[in-house]
Amino acid sequence: MIHYDKVTKIYNGGQHAVEDITLSIDSGEFVFIVGHSGAGKTTLLKMLFAEVMPTSGSVYFNSRSIGELSNKELLNMRRNIGTIFQDFRLLPTKTIYENIAFALEVAGKSDEDIKADVPHVLELVGLADKMWSFPRELSGGEQQRVAIARAIVNQPNVLIADEPTGNLDPINTHDVVEILKKINNLGTTVLLATHNRSVVDSVGKRVVTMDQGRMIRDDKMGKYIL
Amino acid sequence: MSLWLNIKRVARYGFIGFIRNGFVSLAAVSIMTLTLFVLSGLMISGAALDATLKQLTEKVDVNVYLTTDATDAQIADVDRMLKALPEVATVSYVSSGDALAQFRERHKNDQLTIQALDELKDNPLGAMLQVRAKNTSQYEAIAKFLDTQQSSGTSAGSAIDKVNFYQNKTAIDRLTNIIDTSKRLGTIVAIIMGLASLLIAFNTIRLAIYTARDEIGVMNIVGAGRWYVRGPFMVAGVLYGVVSGLIVILLLYPITLYITPPLQRFLGTFNAFSYYAGSFPTIFFVIMASGIALGALSSYLAVRRYLSS
Repeated sequence: MIHYDKVTKIYNGGQHAVEDITLSIDSGEFVFIVGHSGAGKTTLLKMLFAEVMPTSGSVYFNSRSIGELSNKELLNMRRNIGTIFQDFRLLPTKTIYENIAFALEVAGKSDEDIKADVPHVLELVGLADKMWSFPRELSGGEQQRVAIARAIVNQPNVLIADEPTGNLDPINTHDVVEILKKINNLGTTVLLATHNRSVVDSVGKRVVTMDQGRMIRDDKMGKYIL
Repeated sequence: MSLWLNIKRVARYGFIGFIRNGFVSLAAVSIMTLTLFVLSGLMISGAALDATLKQLTEKVDVNVYLTTDATDAQIADVDRMLKALPEVATVSYVSSGDALAQFRERHKNDQLTIQALDELKDNPLGAMLQVRAKNTSQYEAIAKFLDTQQSSGTSAGSAIDKVNFYQNKTAIDRLTNIIDTSKRLGTIVAIIMGLASLLIAFNTIRLAIYTARDEIGVMNIVGAGRWYVRGPFMVAGVLYGVVSGLIVILLLYPITLYITPPLQRFLGTFNAFSYYAGSFPTIFFVIMASGIALGALSSYLAVRRYLSS
């Protein structure tokens, strides 16, 4: 489903963020990308939704090279990938309802579908009562759950989570990880970049370890080893 | 997804953004109001300059004095030849009787001259043609044409006694220079002020959108198309223009009313309020169209910077 083929990314300053990575991920997998800060985890994930393009090599999504997609195909692909970030990246001037509705609107859903889907997904993440609040009125954990709701509302094939628990306390971290496990159990492929050892060890799924831009380990039922 | 649904959503988000980003909208509207004020000021001062220069131009004419024995046919010939010149705006005939009456009126307080005039049995003044050119710089060409006619010895030419252009040449030339310089300066000042205020308004909107750059980035990642991201910002830009335009148009009413008396004392006949009232549709259209175009275009260009492929 996802295939990185000898991918290298060198930023303008000459820094090798990712170096010669070849990696395949099947549909329905739960994959941790672990490593220290600056190991290249975020760059690796950003290349999947074309926010960063590789300097050499190719990234394939459903057998199509992302670099060769037209603008329209790229937008369609992004609608099939849910994204969650450490800093939540919610739209600050929109309510929680509007934040989630926005993802449905860009996917071309009707107003009726949106009215039905948004409360439903907010119930899934336990925030149905915060529908008309603004992001600034929510705690960090709540904001991350809104971000998860937005990421899954279009029922994407892949969910990318870049340090989703980085700003959360242990209880919220546990809640977020449980939600991600549930989403994965429903068939969605999950890629989770983190350097939170306890999260990785508690889930017991595939672990890809990166160091200084290179992939140094790929364990099917791995632990956080660095 | 239907186009209408997209337009409806984009318009709604634009309007919501305008209201919710209250401080940013207030800053953008304030600066655009100033910009549109400058624009309306340029329109009014341009009209004032035109009216004043026109008034000055109308005060200048050249008199063609005709010989006392010029026949009606000869006068009609000179009149016809002058009117045929492309430089000539109007030619008006002043009979010798009218010329005498004008002379008496002009010198009514000068008893000596009036007495001297009374001593004469016949009217010493000939008829004249008052020639007004379309442009003050064209008087010299008209005077030269009349000279040629006079020296050519034709029937019409022999009816011309004197042309008073050369006595007034220095004054006319100076006036022509003043008018040309004023027009040039007016245009340069208008361009500089117009451009400066446009740039300020453009940069203010750019800053307003700069504060939303992360938001634009998120919209890109979620898979929003370019127009779906750009649209609400352009709608907000249009709203900045509409609100600023309405403020300017409403404020121009008391302002023009207030400035008209002092302006008239300074410039003569130009009435700023009459200009505002008389040209209201034009002013309304120019101000609103400029505001809307400036708001929409600035937003379009500012958002483009943050849109990824």
